[in-house]
Amino acid sequence: MKIEFQINGATRVIDSPPMRRLLDVLREDLRLTGTKEGCGEGECGACSVIINGEVINSCLVPVCQTTGAIITTVEGLAKDARLDPLQQAFLEAGGAQCGICTPGMLIAARALLDLTAQPTRDEIKEAIAGNLCRCTGYVKIIDAIERASLIRTR
Amino acid sequence: MVVGQNVLRKEGVEKLTGAARYIDDIAIEGVLYGKTIRSSVARGLIKSISFDPRFDWSPITVCDWRDIPGENFVALIEQDQPLLAEREIRHAEEPILLIAAESRALVEEAASRIRIEYEELPAVLSMEESLACREIIYGPDNVFKRFLIARGDIDDGISQGDVIIEGEYRVPHQEQLYIEPQGMIAVPSDTGMTVLGSMQCPYYVHKALKQLFNLSDERAVVIQTTTGGGFGGKEEYPSMIACHAALLAHKARRPVKIIYDRAEDIAATTKRHPGVIRHRTAVTRDGRLTASEIDVVLDGGAYVTLTPVVLSRAAIHALGPYRCEHVRITARAVATNTPPNGAFRGFGAPQVAFAYEMQMEKIALRLGIDPLELRRINMLKEGDITATGQRLQWSVGSEDVLNTVVERSRFEEKRAEIQSERASSHKRRGLGLSFFFHGAGFTGSGEAKMKARAGIEITPEGRARVLSSSTEIGQGTQTIFCQIVADELGLVFDDIEIEETDTSRVPDSGPTVASRTCMVVGRVLQLAAREMKERIKLFAAELYGAPEIDLIEGHFIEGEKVLASFAEVARHYAAQRGELKVESQYASPKGVEWDDQTYSGDAYPAFSWGAEVAEVEVDMDTFEVSVLKITTAQDIGRAIHPLLAAGQIEGGTLQAVGYGIMEELVWDRGRIVNRMLTNYIIPTSMDAPEMETIIVEKEYPHGPFGAKGVGELPMDGAAPAIAAAVLNATGAFVSEIPVTPERLMMAVEELKASVS
Repeated sequence: MKIEFQINGATRVIDSPPMRRLLDVLREDLRLTGTKEGCGEGECGACSVIINGEVINSCLVPVCQTTGAIITTVEGLAKDARLDPLQQAFLEAGGAQCGICTPGMLIAARALLDLTAQPTRDEIKEAIAGNLCRCTGYVKIIDAIERASLIRTR
Repeated sequence: MVVGQNVLRKEGVEKLTGAARYIDDIAIEGVLYGKTIRSSVARGLIKSISFDPRFDWSPITVCDWRDIPGENFVALIEQDQPLLAEREIRHAEEPILLIAAESRALVEEAASRIRIEYEELPAVLSMEESLACREIIYGPDNVFKRFLIARGDIDDGISQGDVIIEGEYRVPHQEQLYIEPQGMIAVPSDTGMTVLGSMQCPYYVHKALKQLFNLSDERAVVIQTTTGGGFGGKEEYPSMIACHAALLAHKARRPVKIIYDRAEDIAATTKRHPGVIRHRTAVTRDGRLTASEIDVVLDGGAYVTLTPVVLSRAAIHALGPYRCEHVRITARAVATNTPPNGAFRGFGAPQVAFAYEMQMEKIALRLGIDPLELRRINMLKEGDITATGQRLQWSVGSEDVLNTVVERSRFEEKRAEIQSERASSHKRRGLGLSFFFHGAGFTGSGEAKMKARAGIEITPEGRARVLSSSTEIGQGTQTIFCQIVADELGLVFDDIEIEETDTSRVPDSGPTVASRTCMVVGRVLQLAAREMKERIKLFAAELYGAPEIDLIEGHFIEGEKVLASFAEVARHYAAQRGELKVESQYASPKGVEWDDQTYSGDAYPAFSWGAEVAEVEVDMDTFEVSVLKITTAQDIGRAIHPLLAAGQIEGGTLQAVGYGIMEELVWDRGRIVNRMLTNYIIPTSMDAPEMETIIVEKEYPHGPFGAKGVGELPMDGAAPAIAAAVLNATGAFVSEIPVTPERLMMAVEELKASVS
C-alpha cells in the first residue's frame, strides 16, 4: 500500500503493508532511528512521535492510519544544525543520561510547549507521565523542560 | 579548572538529536535475525527436540550445544553455566537452541515450529526449599558460597547488653529495567569474530568470546555501542548474548543480530538477589550496640554467575555504618531453579541496608530512643573500626551527611509537627530517616588483582585522547574522564577526546561496575596525565630552551610569556620522537590491606556516606504510600561534575523508591508472570518525589581530585527511609519490601490486633 505523509517538514511516499507499525517504517524504511523501541506495547514512550499535534506511541500505530498526517520525530526538532531550545535545555540541565528515553521525552515536551507556553511543574510531570526514564529520577528532565519554557517566552 | 564545573556532556548532542547509534539502530548488510529458544520448565531433562517437518528449514540457521567449538560455558567466576543446555535444565528460560533467519517474521515462524519435550523434575523455587535440602541441585547442600565475618567475642558482647532485639527482614527480586533492551550483533570474518552491542564490560565479553572459539586476544574484537542504561544488568549477561550471536554468525557465515524484546529481557536475564536477613542485636538501655549477630541468605538462582561477589559485598555491609565491637556475620548464597540473579546497582548492599536500618528503627522503638539519636550514638566516625576490622582513616563524611540531611529536611521539627496534627485523618504523613555507606571500588584485593590499565595518547591534530574500556552508560564516564585529564594535563576540556570502547584499541581498565569508574579508573587516568605532562614539558623545555616552562590550558608558558600551543609542541614531538602515549596502572593506596582467608582488613580503600529523609503520605483507606519528598546528603569525596553526580543520586534514589514500594515479580512454577511494562511497574514522573540533593565533599586523598564513588550509594537509602516514614505515619512496622498496600494493610491489622 502506498502511503503519503509529511515527516519533519518533507513529503514522503512509502510503500508498505498497511498494518506495519509506524515505528518500523520510521526506523527501517526511512532510517529515522532516533525513535526508539523500549517495550513494543505503548507503555514506555520511547517511540513517541507527534502526529497532527498529538503525542502518539508509534509502536501502536499501523502505518495505514498515517495517510496525510503531519509527523514530527526527534530528527525534526533541530533546525539547520541549531538545537531546538528544548534540546539545548536538556543538554544544559542534565536531562539526558543514557539517552534512550530522550527522543520520546523531547517529543512529549515539545508537544506540551506547543500547547502550553509556560507549564507548571505539575503540568510537565503529567505531560511526560507516559515516558519512562530509569536514569534520572525525572528531576533534571522536568528542570530542562521548565528551563526551555522560560527561554521560549523570554 | 573544569573539575567541579558543569561542562556540557561529551556525547550530549548526539543523544539529543537522535544521531547516537544504539545497537538496534545499526544496519549491517546481509544481517540475519537471531532468536533464543528457551526452556519452559524450571527443572528437568530434555527428552526430545522436534522440528516440524512441514516447515521449510532450509533458510533457517539452527545451533545447539554441539555447535560450540570451545567449551560450553559462559566465562565468569565458575565454569558452571552453559551457553546452551545439553540435557539438564536448571531454570525456566534457560537457552537450549538458537535460530536465525533473514527476517524477524520468519524467525518467529520457525520458533513456533519447534517442540521440546521434557522429563520434569521437582524444582527448588525458594531459599527455604533450597536450605531444606530435600532436593540437592548444587554441591552437597545447595550453598554456592559462604562467608563468615567475626570480630570480638559475641558471647561477651551479648552479656554486656541490657536488651536483645531480633528482627527478620525480606527483600525481593528487582529488575534493572534499562529502557534499551539487551542486544548484540556478531560479525564473522575469516580470522575471528567481532561483536558490537549494548554492554557495561567489553573485556568480559572479550574473554567469553575468546573461550568460545579458542581465539587469541586480537582475533576477538568487542565494541560497545551507545548503551541505553545498564544498572548492572549489562555487566555479565551480555557475554551470553554475544556468544549466542557469535555462534549463529559462525555457523551461518553471516552477521547475526539478536535484540531481546521486553518480555524476553525481563523473563530471562539477571535480577537483583532476593534475600532474608536476620539480626540479633544486644544493646544497652541507653542505646549502645554491644553485640550483633547477622545472618544473610541470598537467592543466587540456578548458576553461580557473580553471586559470590554479591554475597561478599552484602556480608561486608551487613552491620551498616555502625560501631560494634562484637560481631558475627554469617552469609550464604543458595541455589534455586530460577534464572540466575546477578549484578544490579548496589550489588548486595541495598538488601542488607534495608535490614540494618529497619533493625535500628526496631531498636529505637523498643528502647524508646529517638531513631536519630540512636544513629548518632552508634555511627562510625573517622578512626573507628568496621566489622571487618578496617580503621577508617580518611574521607569519613558520616557526621556531615547526617547533620546536613537532618537540618535541610527539618527532620525533627517536621516530625514534631506531624505528631501534633495527627488525629483521625485518613491521610497520614510520616518522616523516616536512613543512614548508610557504600564501599567504592572492588571488594578486598579485587583492585590489586585487576590492575586496571588506562592511558592517554596524543592525536596527530594535537589533542589528547583517552584510552580506557570503561563504558559510558549514561552516568557520564566520557565527560568526567575528559575533565580529569584536561585539568591534570593542562589542556582545555574541548581538546580531550575519547577513544571508541573497542577492545582492539583500548586497554583493559576493568568492568564499569562497583562505583569504581571515577575513583579507580579516573585515578589511573590522572596518573597517566601527570606522567604525560612531565614528558611533554621536558621536551618543550629543551625545544624552547625554557627550563621553567609550564603547560596551562593548552599553552606552554614561561613566566608571563606564551611560547607555543600544545598542538604545536605535539607536532614537533611527533616529528622528532614519534608516538606519544602513556599508559598507567592502578595500585592500591599504601597501607590498604585485606586478608581473603580471614575476611578481614580494609574491605575498601574508602566508603561513600549517605543519609536520607523520606516524607510520605499514607492513605489509610487504600494503604497506598505516596513518597512526597526525599532529602539526601551524600559524601562522594569530590564531585568532578556536580550536575552529573546529582543526576546519579536522583536516578539511583528513584530506583530505590521503586524497590521500596512498587517493584515486585510474580512467579508461577519458576517462571516470571509479569514480564511486561504493563505489569512490572517502575516509577513514572507522577510517582517521583520532589528531591533535594546535597553533595558533601570530604576529599579522598587517593581519588582523582579527591573523588570517591557515587554510582551505587544512592540505591541504598530510600527503601529503609520510606519504610521508617511509613512506621512514623502509621505505627506499623513493615519488615518486607516492597511496602505494597497489601503488605501495609496486613501490618496495620497486626498492629491493631496487638494493641487490642
